[in-house]
Formats: sequence, C-alpha cells, structure tokens
Amino acid sequence: MRITCPHCGERGLQEFLYHGDATVMRPRDGGAEPTQEWTDYVYFRDNPNGAHRELWYHNAGCHAWLVVTRDLRSHEILGVEAAHDVALRRSA
Amino acid sequence: MRLPRGGVVDRSKILNFTFDGKAYQGFAGDTLASALLANNVKLVGRSFKYHRPRGILAAGSEEPNALVELRTGARREPNTRATMVELYEGLEAYSQNRFPSLKHDFMAVNGLLSPVFAAGFYYKTFMWPAKYWEKLYEPLIRKAAGLGRNAGVADPDVYEKAHLFCDVLVIGAGAAGVQAARDAAATGARVVLCDEHPPREDAALEGVKYLPRTTVFGVYDGGTYGAVERVADHLAVPQAHQPRQRYWRIVAKRSVLASGAIERPMVFTNNDLPGVMLAGAVETYITRYAVAPGARAVLFINHDGAASVLAAMGNSVMAIAAVIDARAGSSPVIRDLAASFSVPVFAGAVVTRAFGKRAVEGVEITTRDGGVVKFDCDVVAASAGWNPAVHLTSHLDDKPVWKDEVAAFVPGKLPPGMSVVGAAAGEGINAGITPLWAVPGADGKAFVDFQNDVTAADIRLAKQEGFIAVEHLKRYTTLGMATDQGKTANVTGLALMAAATGKTVPETGTTRFRPPYTPVALGALAGPHRGKDFKPTRYTPTHAWAQAQGAVFVETGMWLRAQYFPKAGEDWLAATNREVLAVRNGVGICDVTTLGKIDIQGPDAAIFLERVYTNSWTNLAVGRARYGLMLREDGFVMDDGTTARLGEHHYVMTTTTANAGKVFQHLEFCHQWLWPELDVRFISVTDQWAQIALAGPKAREVLQKIVDDGCDVSNAAFPYMAAGEMRFCGGVKGRLFRLSFSGELAYEIAVPARYGNALAEALMAAGAEFGIVPYGTEALGVMRIEKGHPAGNELNGQTSAHDLGFGKLLSKKKDFVGRAMAARPALMDPARPTLVGLKPVNEADRLRGGAHLLAHDAEPVAANDQGHVCSAAYSPTLGHSIGLALLKNGPARHGEIIRVYDPIRNGDFLAEVVPPVFFDPQGSRLHA
Amino acid sequence: MNGDYSVFSVLREALRGHTGWRPAWRDASPVGVYDVIIVGGGGHGLATAYYLAKNHQRMRIAVVEKGWLGNGSIGRNTTIIRSNYLLPGNLPFYELSMKLWEGLEQDTNYNAMVSQRGVLNIIHSDAQRDAYARRGNAMRLHGIDAELLDLAALKAKLPYLDYDNARFPIQGALLQQRGGTVRHDAVAWGYARAADRLGVDIIQNCEVTGIRTENGKAVGVETSRGYIAGKKIGLACAGNSSRVAAMAGIRLPIESHALQAFVSEAMKPLIDNVITFGAGHFYISQSDKGGLVFGGDIDGYNSYASRGNLPTIEDVCEGGMALMPMIGRARLVRHWGGIMDMTMDGSPIIDKSPVENLYLNAGWCYGGFKATPASGWCFAHLIARDEPHEVSAAYRLDRFAKGLLIDEKGVGATPNLH
Repeated sequence: MRITCPHCGERGLQEFLYHGDATVMRPRDGGAEPTQEWTDYVYFRDNPNGAHRELWYHNAGCHAWLVVTRDLRSHEILGVEAAHDVALRRSA
Repeated sequence: MRLPRGGVVDRSKILNFTFDGKAYQGFAGDTLASALLANNVKLVGRSFKYHRPRGILAAGSEEPNALVELRTGARREPNTRATMVELYEGLEAYSQNRFPSLKHDFMAVNGLLSPVFAAGFYYKTFMWPAKYWEKLYEPLIRKAAGLGRNAGVADPDVYEKAHLFCDVLVIGAGAAGVQAARDAAATGARVVLCDEHPPREDAALEGVKYLPRTTVFGVYDGGTYGAVERVADHLAVPQAHQPRQRYWRIVAKRSVLASGAIERPMVFTNNDLPGVMLAGAVETYITRYAVAPGARAVLFINHDGAASVLAAMGNSVMAIAAVIDARAGSSPVIRDLAASFSVPVFAGAVVTRAFGKRAVEGVEITTRDGGVVKFDCDVVAASAGWNPAVHLTSHLDDKPVWKDEVAAFVPGKLPPGMSVVGAAAGEGINAGITPLWAVPGADGKAFVDFQNDVTAADIRLAKQEGFIAVEHLKRYTTLGMATDQGKTANVTGLALMAAATGKTVPETGTTRFRPPYTPVALGALAGPHRGKDFKPTRYTPTHAWAQAQGAVFVETGMWLRAQYFPKAGEDWLAATNREVLAVRNGVGICDVTTLGKIDIQGPDAAIFLERVYTNSWTNLAVGRARYGLMLREDGFVMDDGTTARLGEHHYVMTTTTANAGKVFQHLEFCHQWLWPELDVRFISVTDQWAQIALAGPKAREVLQKIVDDGCDVSNAAFPYMAAGEMRFCGGVKGRLFRLSFSGELAYEIAVPARYGNALAEALMAAGAEFGIVPYGTEALGVMRIEKGHPAGNELNGQTSAHDLGFGKLLSKKKDFVGRAMAARPALMDPARPTLVGLKPVNEADRLRGGAHLLAHDAEPVAANDQGHVCSAAYSPTLGHSIGLALLKNGPARHGEIIRVYDPIRNGDFLAEVVPPVFFDPQGSRLHA
Repeated sequence: MNGDYSVFSVLREALRGHTGWRPAWRDASPVGVYDVIIVGGGGHGLATAYYLAKNHQRMRIAVVEKGWLGNGSIGRNTTIIRSNYLLPGNLPFYELSMKLWEGLEQDTNYNAMVSQRGVLNIIHSDAQRDAYARRGNAMRLHGIDAELLDLAALKAKLPYLDYDNARFPIQGALLQQRGGTVRHDAVAWGYARAADRLGVDIIQNCEVTGIRTENGKAVGVETSRGYIAGKKIGLACAGNSSRVAAMAGIRLPIESHALQAFVSEAMKPLIDNVITFGAGHFYISQSDKGGLVFGGDIDGYNSYASRGNLPTIEDVCEGGMALMPMIGRARLVRHWGGIMDMTMDGSPIIDKSPVENLYLNAGWCYGGFKATPASGWCFAHLIARDEPHEVSAAYRLDRFAKGLLIDEKGVGATPNLH
C-alpha cells in the first residue's frame, strides 16, 4: 500500500502508523462524566466493509496526521488530506 | 543422453558434479535436471506420501517431482527443484525423503498400503488410545512426512533488500515479455524486466534494467511487487561481500505480465513413473540443452500445440513409437507431421497405463475401438494442454475466468496497472484442444498432484464425502498444497471435481493463487536484519565513556544503556549495591539521555499541556519544572514525566524511555486533530541533548565546580524543581533541571549531545574528591523502588491513576485527555489492586517481580489471588529485599502480613504490606 | 446417518474401494422454524451448534453459512492452542477450552490431531521474565500448567536459537507443555460432522442479508435462500461481526483487521514445539506434514481483504531470522490473510445483544482458534439458558462502558496494537 502524503508525496506503507476511524468525534465539551457519547467515541466503531475514513500518522516522515479515505475491500486509497486541515475546517 | 549437437550449453566447459555421491559431468548452461538426463539418470526422488519413484516431469519452476537436497553442511537446501538449479563445478545434490537409499526405499511400503492411505484417512483413525497420538502416531507420521532436511544450523550466507521504482515492470523475458519491454522502453519509460531464468542475450535491451534469475513472487497493494534475485545461487558459494540473494521491493506504475503458460500432465495409471514427462519439457531438453530424455518415446496429446514437440523429437536421434492423440480424428497438423517422420498416429486413443519398475518401460493404450495395444518406450511425452500462468493476476483477490475456446483459466479482473500478454493471456495455446482431464478408468495410481500423491480416485472420494467446494477439495485431499502450489495439478483436479459433480469448471470455481509464485527463502525476506542487525542500536552520548569504565550494557528498547559498572571481582549485585550506597552517601552520575525529550513552543503551549496532562499547568512559573501524569483517552495511565518551563512560550517535556515515540505521536494527534486552533508546535529533541543525572548529598558541590562563573546553583537560587539554561565547563550552553528520581539532592544536566562524553568526564573529575561513581540502570531502579516511584512495570497500560496512588493528580477543574473515562467507577474501585510497598517478614527472603499475593492464610487458588509484585530489588540502604506491588484494597492494608506466592520459582513466604515509599518518606533529602 | 470412524472402518473401506463412505455432513436446506439459528459456519458457530445439541434440551438447530463451511479464520489460522493467559477474565475460559481440546477427538469421533507439544514464550529481559513469571503464577493459581525455563534448560530444549549473537539476548522461556497445535480444518469438519449426526442442519451457501425483528425481538433471518424463522439467533460471524450486527442496528467495539499467516515447504522434523519470539513479532511451529507454520503481528489497519502487505511479511521473517537463523534457507511456499474481529481491549464478547433473542459471539481478535471449543460450549450455554456460563461471564458487551476491560497487553482502545 502506498499513501500520498500531502507534504512528502507518495510513500510506502512502512513509513506510516495507523490510528483508526476518523469519523468518531471527541465530545466537544469534554465533560467529567463517562457518558454514552464518550463510550461511543472511545470504543464503538461502524467498521464498514467499504470506504473508510481513517487516521494515519506519517511517523517516518513529516509527522503529519492524515485523514485517508480507503476502500477496506480493495485497499485502494481514495483520498488523503492533512488531518490538521480537516480539523480546522471542522471547527470553523 | 546428450545429443551430438545443438542446444545452448557450452560444450567447452565441462562441469563435474555428484548426485547421491556418484560423480557425473555436465556442461556450462545445463541445469541439474538436464545434466542428470544427459547422464541417463531418471530416478531422482520419492513422492511425499507413497514414496513412489519419481523422475523429472518438467523443465521449469513448476517441477513437482525432481526435488533434491542441494549443497551440504550449513548451506544444505532441501526441496530444491533440479530443473531450476544451474549446474556449477563441484555441485553436490542428494535425493531426499527416502531410506536407506533412493533405489531401495523402505517407506515405499506406503505405496502398497495406498488403498488404506486414501485422502483424509488420518482424520478417521489414530484416535485410540487417546494418549498414543503424541507418543506414537504423530512422531511416526512426522518422521515419514516432510521432504528434505533443513541444515539445522544458522544460514551462513547474507541477504540484501533493495528498492526499485519504475514506470513499467515486465515480468517474464520470453518473446512476449521482451517485446513488451522493448516497446515500453521506446516510449522513454523507465522499464524493469525480471525473469526467473539465467541471463539471455536477447533480453538485454538498451534502456531496460534487466534482472535475470529474478522471480517476481507477489503482487501487493499500490503497485508494489515483491521479487527475489538469486544473485549467487549459480555459484558454489557467494563471492566475498556478495549476497546469496537480493530481495527487491519494486514499485511500478504499470506492469506487464508475460509469465507464459504451464503444461498440464495427462492423468492415467502410473503416469508418475520416471520417464513420463510433460511434452513441452521433452522439447526443451532437446532444443535448449541438447539432451534426449530417452531413446524411444510415445507422445500422448489432445491438442495441436504438441506439434513442436513431435518435430523436436523427430529431428533428434530419438525414436518415436507412436503418437496417441485423444481427439477422435487427431488433426491434419499432427497427422502430416507424424507422417513425415513415419510415426503412426492413434487418433481417439488414450494411454491407459504405463508400466515399469523404477522408470517407464512401456505403455498400454486403448484405441478408439476399444482395442489394447502395448508399446515399449522409455519416454512418454504427455500434454493435456496448457494453463496460462495467471497466478500473479489473482494475488489481489481477483479470480481468473474460464475460457472455453482454450479450455483454460485466463486472467480475469487484473490488479491496478497490470496488463497480460502472450501465453499468460491465453494467446497461442491449446489450438484445436479437446479437453481430457483424466483417461477413463484412471485409478488410485493415476496422479493429479504428483508431489502430494493426490490421485483421480482421491478426488472422487472427496466428492463422495461431501468435500466438493474447491477449498474443501484442496484441504481434504491436499491437492495443490505442495511446494509447487499445484502448478501442474490444480486445474486438472478442479476439472475432475466438475466432472464428478456434473457441473462445468466455472461452476465449480477456482482456488485463489497465493503468493509467492515460487517458494522464497525466508532469509531473503529478512534481508540483513538478523543477529545484532535485527534492529538498529541506539547508543547514548556517553556510551564510549561508559565502555571505558567497564560498564555492562543492557538493551532498553532500541537503546543500549549502562546497567552497572563492576569493579574487579564484583558481580552485578555487588556492583549495584556499591553504586546505590555511593549515591546515597556521596554522589554519582547516570546517563538519562534515553528519556524522551520533547520541545514544546507556542503561545498556547500552557493550554495544551493543561489538556494532555491530568494536573494543572497554567500556574507553572518560568524556570520551574513539574511532574505530570498523562492518561489515554480511555482513562488509563499512558505515561508520566516532568516538564519544565524554559520561557514564556517554551517548555521541554520528558517522557519515559519506553514511551518517547508514543507520547510524541500523541501530542501531535492532540494538536493536529483534536485542537487545531491551538498555536503550539513540537519537536523531539531526545537525540539532540545528552542528559546526565548527578545525584547524592554531594551533588551540588560537584555541580558548582563545573558551572561557569555567574551561574548560581545554591539551594536558594536553584531550589528543588528549578529549571533553566546554564553554562558549563567554560562556555557550553546547556540546561539544568533540579529533578530527582533517586530521592537524593539531584540534578539533571543537559548539554548538546556531542558534549555528552566530555560532560561525563568533567563530572567524574570534579567529583573525584567526593568519591563520585558512575551508576547504571540497576542502581537507578533500586533507588526508584526505594522511593516508591512507579515506572514501566507499574505503568503497564492496565493501571489507572487511582491504582498508582495518583488519584489526587486528576484535576477536577479542567478538561484533559482521559478525564471522562477515568471517572468510571470501576477505575476507582478501592478493591482494584493498588500500589503498596512490600517487605519480607524474614529479611532473608527475596521478593521477585511476578510473584502473586494472597491473604496470609489463604489457599493458593485463583479466587484468593489479590495482586502481584511489580518491581522488586535488594535495598542496600535498608539491608533487605523490597518490592512495589499492586494489591487489592492496598492502601487500607498497610501493616498486614500477606503471602507472597511464586510457585513457578518455588517461592512462598510472608511479607508485610507497607507504604510504597521506603526511604526518606518526607522527601527532606530532595530539598537539601 | 454417518457411521463411526475407526481403524476398522478405514480397513473395511480400503478393501472395498472406499465405496461405503458417506458425506461427512448432510448438505441441508432450511426447513420450518428453528429453535436456534447460528449465523456463521466457522469453528465457533459449528462448535456452538454441536454443544447446543449435545449439552442442552432437544432443539431444532440450524447453522447458516454464506459460503462453504469453515472458509473463514478456522481454516486460515496457525493452529495453535494454549491457555497461557494472564488475566482472571480469560484464564478459566481458555483452560476450559484446553480441557475440551484434550477430549475433542474421542468426543466428536474425528481426528483433529490435537498435539500437546508445548508452547514456549522466549524471554529477553528481566522485566519480561518478571511479566512471564506473573503470568505463569496466575496460570498455576488457576490450575494450569506453567514452567519457567532458565537459559540452560532452554538451550537444552531448543539448541538452534541464536543465543550468541542476538540483538536482544535470550534469557529463558515460559513453557506451557499442554499447549500445542491442532489441524485447523479438521476442527471445523469434526464439529460439522458431529453436529450433523445430532441432527443439526448445516446450510451452506446461505448468506444472511437481514435480521428480522418484531417488537424489538429477533424472529428470524433473511438469507440468500429465503427467510428462515428462528426463536433464538446466535451470531458467530468473526471478521464479519460488525456487518451482521449492523443488520440488527447494533454497533460493536470491534474493528476488522487482516492477520497474515505463512507456511514453508515441508521438511523433515525440525521444530518440535510452538515457539514465540519475545523481542519481535514471530511465532512458529511445524505441521505434521513438515511445513513451518508461522506468523507475526496483524498488518495494523482496518481491512476486509484476506491478504496483507510486504512490510509485515518482512517484519515476520526478520523476527524469524533473529530468533532461529537456521530457517534462512527454508522457503516460504504460501502466505495468506484472514480477517480478525479485533476488539477494543483484545478480549472477546459472548453476551446477549441489545436486541432480545439475539446473541453475540464476537471479538476473537487473533486468538479465536484456541478458543473454539470453549466458545461453542459457553455460547451454547448462554443461548440455551439465557445466562452466561461462569467461565465466560467477563465477556460482557457492557464492560466497555463500565471500564471492566480485559486488556492483556495494556494498550487500551487501539485494536491494531492488541
């Protein structure tokens, strides 16, 4: 598998570390209580059999976190964005 | 028998070799197989299950029978295909899987028992008495099974890994592959051409990187291909500094598969006798190697593609007894050609059985009208058609598709960027074919998968017992699971199952081909990463100095750290005890560079720290450091360490050695993904700074001697937890932190990494008058246990802040990572095992990490298990063993006597539960 | 109905050309309403059906399987059985499994070649030795065999490891002698045949496409072969658990990941035990046929493709060469992948689902094979009695919300690190 890092270009799988589902969102207001929302965020996943938005870390490269869209059946990479950009857009 | 002329062998270069100890000669350019045939050696091996005599079936990498042990000693390679071994001077090969000799193999008795040993027989028996499986049956089966013998000692050769990037990767340097490479190169593309065979002149093209002896064994995601180049396998031993093999990771925008096709054997009784060969292989031996595999041949075919075989045989010195063409009318191509050699053609006939003892001596055929005719022959050249070598097209889970016109599977959906050309695409093969999957009446000695002894009868039995799905067929009969992965067998086996069930081949399906295409040495896939080079080694900046001091080193992750510094006659314990006492009573130094160091800068750095640490950070003054605790988002402890504020917007964080990378990644995650609005940046500076701990009552006196003038390190100016920039040894800019892991008056001095060695030497010189000692990780560990500091054994990812006695560090006033989930009642349950200290009741008893804890009068059963010892050490300060443990309801049990239960090391004694801080609980020494 | 397998039946059939063997199990079609439908004809589903039929009240039981029986992880794993766990939530469960393995063949009348050849975890540091001592002691407290071997004992047992030049020196090993290997396909086939003999309908090529509920209760499954009504429905779908549970609106704490497995060419006996490297990702045993069967870590990213990539392949082979450099000239003959249902704490779920009459058996990570008998035993117990079996009581779905995690590795909610 090869991922095109927005900063470094196309690189091999061995440079990256995987984190997981990028669609789950940390409860915005934090909060001190272990609510269902928190449980869902920390533990529960859709785990779809198809396109998956997920977080990768360019460990042996620029240290950017990436939002990669990937087909879990074919491993085809459908898109890559810098997580920082996605996050800024989300909070805007 | 060697033909008088022809072939590509170099008759001027005679090579001596031995097979089973007997000396033979061949020519440069021979394979071991062609050289054996040239010497009329037909019996080469024994089959897996029935130990039937086997010869050479093929001329390429699909060979299932002619497997030998090549080379001797540590270089012995079992299961080596004689057809792929390039002959070299002095080659030694041995037959395998036979006892006592290839000719007289006792295990051939299995062949007589073959009616019992049908597919799957072992699932139905060997069950009584139950305990006999491991004691009797399994050892016997293991000994009888297997093929060749591994050397059993370390592989002496070296391997390399390398990368290649190209526009077009061409796989296979036959006519189609060479043409594809030439065409691609003409466009200016970067082209790589890989071929599993030795170099050929016609494949050496300008502008093409040609890798002969290189098998592209697998297709992986993203246009990545795995290949192995057999750099030195054609030599007796690799030359100096030459790898045996080189593993290539090839990244190609496009690929062209030109892997050709693999011939199908005919399935008839005794079709495995040496001398029964694939027709195409017979042609190859004649034309390429100038070797006639025998004197008198029968050709058994069902398609026109075998005409070239007939021509090759007819033009050689071989006699041809007959052409047996299973097709009702044969074909003009075959009939005319046979007539030109005056060879009779039996159309609509089949070979029903071969006979002979250890090699074929003749065949019996059934003619179209049912008559039986016998021929004497020593070669049966058989071809049931060709299968395109589609293997690589299916490595990404796509399946080949059946094409009726050629009666074969051809590539279906292809991996991204791949095209297929030539025979691999089903072009130019199986002209005029009438499929014949097995001769009528083919029985328990008509082999489909030669190496695994799977017969036509086995396939019928699998059907009868319900193992009909292709994968069931494969797994139940072991069809296609031998070293050749069924290259000559799978399609035939599948077609026979289709016939047995009355379905078509495509309805029956196909198994997926798995990588590798041909077997790959594990050493090649590992490359140079073995022995000391298994993983990189990180040396601390004082490594050379520590070495000079006689340090013993210990692996700590990738790092090598000084474990202790023994003096003459000291063992590890004596040295450690001495080092601990020297620090407690005087002063010592220890390299702590391995702790992770992260530089954090930006106007929002304080807010950021506030969110990643559980405790409060906004009120930390510049020039001060603070202990911090980090949780994972699931509320369990991730890491701890101190962070110092060096400037208004500048912090430096320390992490544990083990978690340095993980914490850095976590900070980046929190910033880039959770809180992108914060203006803060991070960089790992672990390798930039050498950091040395200076600890002991005399630490300040030593320090004062190495700080530059004007640097005030008095207790008032630089109190406990102070931090700041400082100059040392006459102008070296560094940092000073008043931190203590040992519980003593202590500092950590950081200087640019290149000064690490010099700093150690300067400290030793300055401390000489105070009896300074270097101390290692053992003494460090003892002192932290004496002080009750949790470390790796306690921060094991399973503990909550509450468990470690850090509950009060969970701020109630702010959001931080892990806050919500840490509030789950289960994480604060007092009944959870919680940190305590342990002291043996009998001071001679030795606590050990990993012992479990029981109430003092409890039976040793699981229900009474109350915790375990995490860390233990002998405390020279206290004169007895001490331990840190996680004990249910721990803090409420100080003073209780409990049972320390360590049956795996025969330990069982009593200990007293005490507070985890054994030494200087008030911490007065820190502030001295 | 199928006759018993024995040495006598084999000899009898040998003499009459094997004409008497019957299909190992009937190729059943769905008929009427079932008391229990098990979704998933893998090891766990088949074991569940078998123990339901054997241990509990008379029931009509069906196993529905989307493809051919045993096509998932039961036939793709590296065949290891062991009960050398650390945590009290796991130990009794895996020990029950070990005991069931020990009697499996006589119970099911099928030789799955249970081989208790010993499982060794190699130790490379003081901290690791203490961690394995903790584990071994926990095993002993649960009545499970465990031994700590020092360097001399290990050298005597495994002379071929790299003791002299290792990057991470070898100190010893934790040994569970009762651990070992089992012929994986035979487990599925043996349970299928035994369940079939007890009247279970095994329905292959029958893909579940929906779970029908009425008033919040599961009442049947929609399949590629039509609707099948069932009073209770048990899901044993391994890597596809999330997809099938989603049909009932249930989200799980599971990610699907690919784990690769490897086999070398067959060789004469070389490695007599199961060996796990402690300083990298590599474990190995040798099959009775002679192939070295080995593996390592999961590829580390969500996947439903049963294959992996080169970095993991290299990582595994590097580990192998670091531990036992004699295998350098052994050749890899095949590698493949399976889909693992990785949970957020690395331990499984055997529990009622939020939907009444729908039961969950999922989250086996890469440890499902050794669990097969106990998983079937406990899941059958749960379905038949509507209460958890005592040894699987910790495998609750609500443990994630409650914080009662069973995290053997201590890596938290990161499935790719378990």
